[in-house]
Amino acid sequence: MDCSHAQSLLDTYLDNELDPVRNLEIDEHLHGCARCSQSYSERQLFRQNFKTESLYFKAPTDLQKRIERSLREAARAETPSRWFGLSWVKMAAPMAAAALVMLTFLPFIRGPSPDELLTQEVVASHIRSLMVNHLADVPSTDEHTVKPWFNGKIDFSPPVSDLAKEGFPLVGGRLDYLNDRPVAALVYQRDKHVINVFVWPSNQSAQINAPIKTQQGYHVIRWANARMNFWVVSDLEASQLATFADLLKSSVATSPS
Amino acid sequence: MGGNDKLQRFEQAIMPHMDAAYNLARWLTRNEQDARDMVQEAYLRAFKFFDGFHGGDGRAWLLTTVRNTCYTWLEQNRRNRVTTSFDEEIHSTDEDSMNPSALALKSGDVEMLKESLEDLPEEFREVIVLRDLEEMSYKQIAEVINVPLGTVMSRLARARGRLKRILCSRVKDKS
Repeated sequence: MDCSHAQSLLDTYLDNELDPVRNLEIDEHLHGCARCSQSYSERQLFRQNFKTESLYFKAPTDLQKRIERSLREAARAETPSRWFGLSWVKMAAPMAAAALVMLTFLPFIRGPSPDELLTQEVVASHIRSLMVNHLADVPSTDEHTVKPWFNGKIDFSPPVSDLAKEGFPLVGGRLDYLNDRPVAALVYQRDKHVINVFVWPSNQSAQINAPIKTQQGYHVIRWANARMNFWVVSDLEASQLATFADLLKSSVATSPS
Repeated sequence: MGGNDKLQRFEQAIMPHMDAAYNLARWLTRNEQDARDMVQEAYLRAFKFFDGFHGGDGRAWLLTTVRNTCYTWLEQNRRNRVTTSFDEEIHSTDEDSMNPSALALKSGDVEMLKESLEDLPEEFREVIVLRDLEEMSYKQIAEVINVPLGTVMSRLARARGRLKRILCSRVKDKS
């Protein structure tokens, strides 16, 4: 190790943050180099200056008391028993008003449908899989590795086919949880875009082919045959994702399982 | 969830780090009264979002909130802030040109170190405070200021270089 390299690592060395190999190299270098050892001792001396109490500001005791007090208040505000402590007489008028509003507007208010909720869930699951760097429990481009991996983990066997020839290589699979049940997630890729395919058994006999939906910039395509539900989600451009979905549909239709 | 139960867990995990919180706030705001307000606000915020704390490093978790609170405040008070622009091109970066006597300060000179540290821009000041005063590891610092580990290392190096240069010029001015 030469001097300029050693110099650049001296502070990290003093911080005790070098890997063991580098640490040893610096040890050795300092043994043999008077100039760098001198610089090392100077830096060490300089750091001593920080060890004085006059640079560290401790929290004043009255601040501590003040914070403890306001925290207790905040905790009390979060305790639900306070609600029930309110007298019903005082509550009666606002509650009656609220009930009236509800009765008037209820017919016009509609929460999100189960379908919309599931779409949100699928998109959230897709984003999460990218965010926490947990795309695949079984990273493999081989359908004969991915498919058996699900054995014993879920109570169904998802159809897995590699579409690498068509430009959508299989990347892997993982377990996920959607619609209140464990589902199989198959991961495909197109260039830099990740495609998640969620699969679980369907309980309706009718075929479904829902139109493509877009949420938060992600496209969602879903369909169901007599056996399985399929939800495909990606930030891939819509027409390409539709191509992918068609490929998957036909490969599932021809697959033996 | 019961507020009292939450308070009890909060008191165990977060309360012991009030000195760390105040020290960081004091260095970022550079005055006592604002530091008090920041710490109080940060504690209330931390309590509110305590359900998002899943164990681990309570000090780093709290300091993240303290830092965010202080930065919001700094943004709002930007116009009052004296920005010390320090031209790195003009001031030589050569370590050898530094007066070594500046590196071992006499006891009375700590005040000069304090002023020099206060002159650093916040992003440099905070890494020195977290590393040299709070004695946190690079990993903990990375968590608090939300940057990759490598950035902590390079920012610390630049911060220390700047600090020493500011200090040297102060020592020179004085003598």
